[in-house]
Amino acid sequence: MAVKVLRRRDLTVWEKLYIPQIASGLKVTTAHLLRNLLLHSAHRLGLLQNRRAAVTFQYPEELRPLAPRFRSRHRLTVRDDGTPRCVGCMLCETVCPAHCITIVAGEHPDPNVEKYPVRFDIDLGVCVYCGYCVEVCPEDAIRMDTGILDVAAYSRDAMKLDIHELMNPSLRKPLTACMLEFPHECRLAGGEVSTRDHQRRN
Amino acid sequence: MPTLTIDGRQIDSPDGSTVIQAAETLGIFIPRYCYHPGLSIAGNCRICLIEVEKNPKLQIACNTPVADGMVVHTSSVKADEGRRAVLEFLLANHPLDCPVCDQSGECDLQNFYMNFGLYDPRFREQKIKKKKAVAVGPHVMLDQERCILCSRCVRFTDEISKTGEFGIFNRGDRAEVGLYPGQQLDNPYSGNVVDICPVGALTDRDFRFKARVWYLSSAPTVCNGCAQGCNVDVHYVLDRPHLNDGARILRVKPRYNADVNQWWMCDEGRYGFGWIDKGRLTKVRRQGAGATWEQAVAGITEELTKVGERDPERGTCLRLGVIASPQLTNEELFLIREIFQRALGARVTASVPMPAGNSDNFLIRADKNPNTHGAALIGLTDATAPDAAAIVAETLEGQLDALWVFGYDLTKLVADEDLQRLSRSLRLFVFSGTNDNPTAGCSHWALPTAAYLEKEGTFVNAHGRVQRIGRAFPPLSDSREDWRVLLEIAGRLNLGFAWRSPEEIFQALARSVTPFAGLTYERIGLHGASLMTDASVAEVAVT
Repeated sequence: MAVKVLRRRDLTVWEKLYIPQIASGLKVTTAHLLRNLLLHSAHRLGLLQNRRAAVTFQYPEELRPLAPRFRSRHRLTVRDDGTPRCVGCMLCETVCPAHCITIVAGEHPDPNVEKYPVRFDIDLGVCVYCGYCVEVCPEDAIRMDTGILDVAAYSRDAMKLDIHELMNPSLRKPLTACMLEFPHECRLAGGEVSTRDHQRRN
Repeated sequence: MPTLTIDGRQIDSPDGSTVIQAAETLGIFIPRYCYHPGLSIAGNCRICLIEVEKNPKLQIACNTPVADGMVVHTSSVKADEGRRAVLEFLLANHPLDCPVCDQSGECDLQNFYMNFGLYDPRFREQKIKKKKAVAVGPHVMLDQERCILCSRCVRFTDEISKTGEFGIFNRGDRAEVGLYPGQQLDNPYSGNVVDICPVGALTDRDFRFKARVWYLSSAPTVCNGCAQGCNVDVHYVLDRPHLNDGARILRVKPRYNADVNQWWMCDEGRYGFGWIDKGRLTKVRRQGAGATWEQAVAGITEELTKVGERDPERGTCLRLGVIASPQLTNEELFLIREIFQRALGARVTASVPMPAGNSDNFLIRADKNPNTHGAALIGLTDATAPDAAAIVAETLEGQLDALWVFGYDLTKLVADEDLQRLSRSLRLFVFSGTNDNPTAGCSHWALPTAAYLEKEGTFVNAHGRVQRIGRAFPPLSDSREDWRVLLEIAGRLNLGFAWRSPEEIFQALARSVTPFAGLTYERIGLHGASLMTDASVAEVAVT
């Protein structure tokens, strides 16, 4: 591969004098300080609302407003009766470019719903937040509008969300009991079908 | 033979054949729902409309006999328009629950809508509600809303299974497929209605919600459930182990073979694949403890080299007994004959007692082994060969010093205590098989071998047809194909076999066993080939 050598421009005499450069730098800083001081004082008095001033957010105590189409942590939407809207069609699992979605479908007690996800896991450690799962869903069952950005954990396993955490974004592992309000067959509810990870063969 | 023109191409079609058949021979596909080559013609779905010149109205291709000079257009504007209108009627009351439906991905409503439907729906009225998720039998689930009343299932139960459970009830848009009162769809061929249903009205209860069909890979093979050897496609998933609790096979579908099973297969074969993923031997075991293949092959060969030698203590020769299995392929049986019978002079049999199963005069055979015929041709079950009971009896009497059992569970022949005694008295007791059983537990060496879907080979069915089984997916991590194990042992015994693959073994088999003469894997192909019968051998001799 050819390497292009770039020579840095030599400093002029004026620049080499050093003190004038410091002064011009301080000029920029002072100008911003005075402008923001003036504008924030004016905003307090209800003036100059259309001129924006620099702001500092005290994150994480204070959260920044998000754009409406911002893609944050996923959630599964819920019907009026508390069952998941998801019918386990596995289109999101199919479309997912990162292969981070795992769905196992089961029989829903209502024959007009027929199918629901017994297991619905998203591995956030693998997810690329592309939003294809939201786009492909025919049931509006998955959304990325929780506004949760601080997905952090001490292990890769803890980055995996199961159906409980997805249907109720305020929950986080370790979960002690199944919080879902419909006859869900997970291990937390004492059923056979668990949210365990199946060992890959070989 | 009438000559007609279809889409500008001329074809001679036999008298009495229909336009859809003539088009098929030309490779022109005409959409169909109710037409099925294995069933009578109903002509009620109307989707196969074609334009016939000098005929004012569109005709249905499935029930229009060919005539001399007929000029047919299968995809003219008029024909396409007619089909689109038919599809709009068929879909008027369709629930559009494709996300839930197991058929989606292989549904002809979806396919034909995308091919030539693509209209904007105009149906603003309330759709008719019918029953959903009705279990009509042990294997089949019925959804009356998705049904387009093509009547294929009704004709199947009338004409093929001849059990007549299904009928169409009520009229107009309330017409629905259902069972006659007091009936269950529990005939031995019930799974076929799922295959022939062009939509999602009849779905498989066993496959229900397990996977989406676009996750499945398919491999052609032969059912090993009985001596009929129905041609099947195995549908499996390797990259999504969560779908079926890690099991690789999700379903089995019949594959068309005019000479064996046409379009059909029985439920026993269709749902009898569980053993391939459950209860498998996964590790080489020596006296119950873990071992490696290298140790096993070395240890077994060391004992085998002593076969035929004189035992100084008793003054008799050391003798080996081998219980082969008609579940093995011809190639493996041939290797067993060459190594054990010819080279080591062992007592070899492939006739293992198996209770005769149910049978009928259609596809189900009483002999539940896929390769009994092949074992007989190779000479492992003929009158001169002992049977498994005789070999076990000789072992118990102390006449045999080593025993190799292929897959068979000896507790079907002897009591548990006798098996324990036998295990203690033998110098060498090898069990090689796919699944764990008490015999594997008592053996000195338990070798995990590949199931028939994990290896290449051939079976000979009850009608003397040689069929390849193919290899759908690789063996489980620590198991090996029987032929590979046998070849390795032959190599250690310096028997001088130059074969490296089942294909080369088969070539040797074809040279050695007369009925296989002239056959190669290429000639057997996907649909199998008939063996040389006595008559055909004579015929070849005359010409």
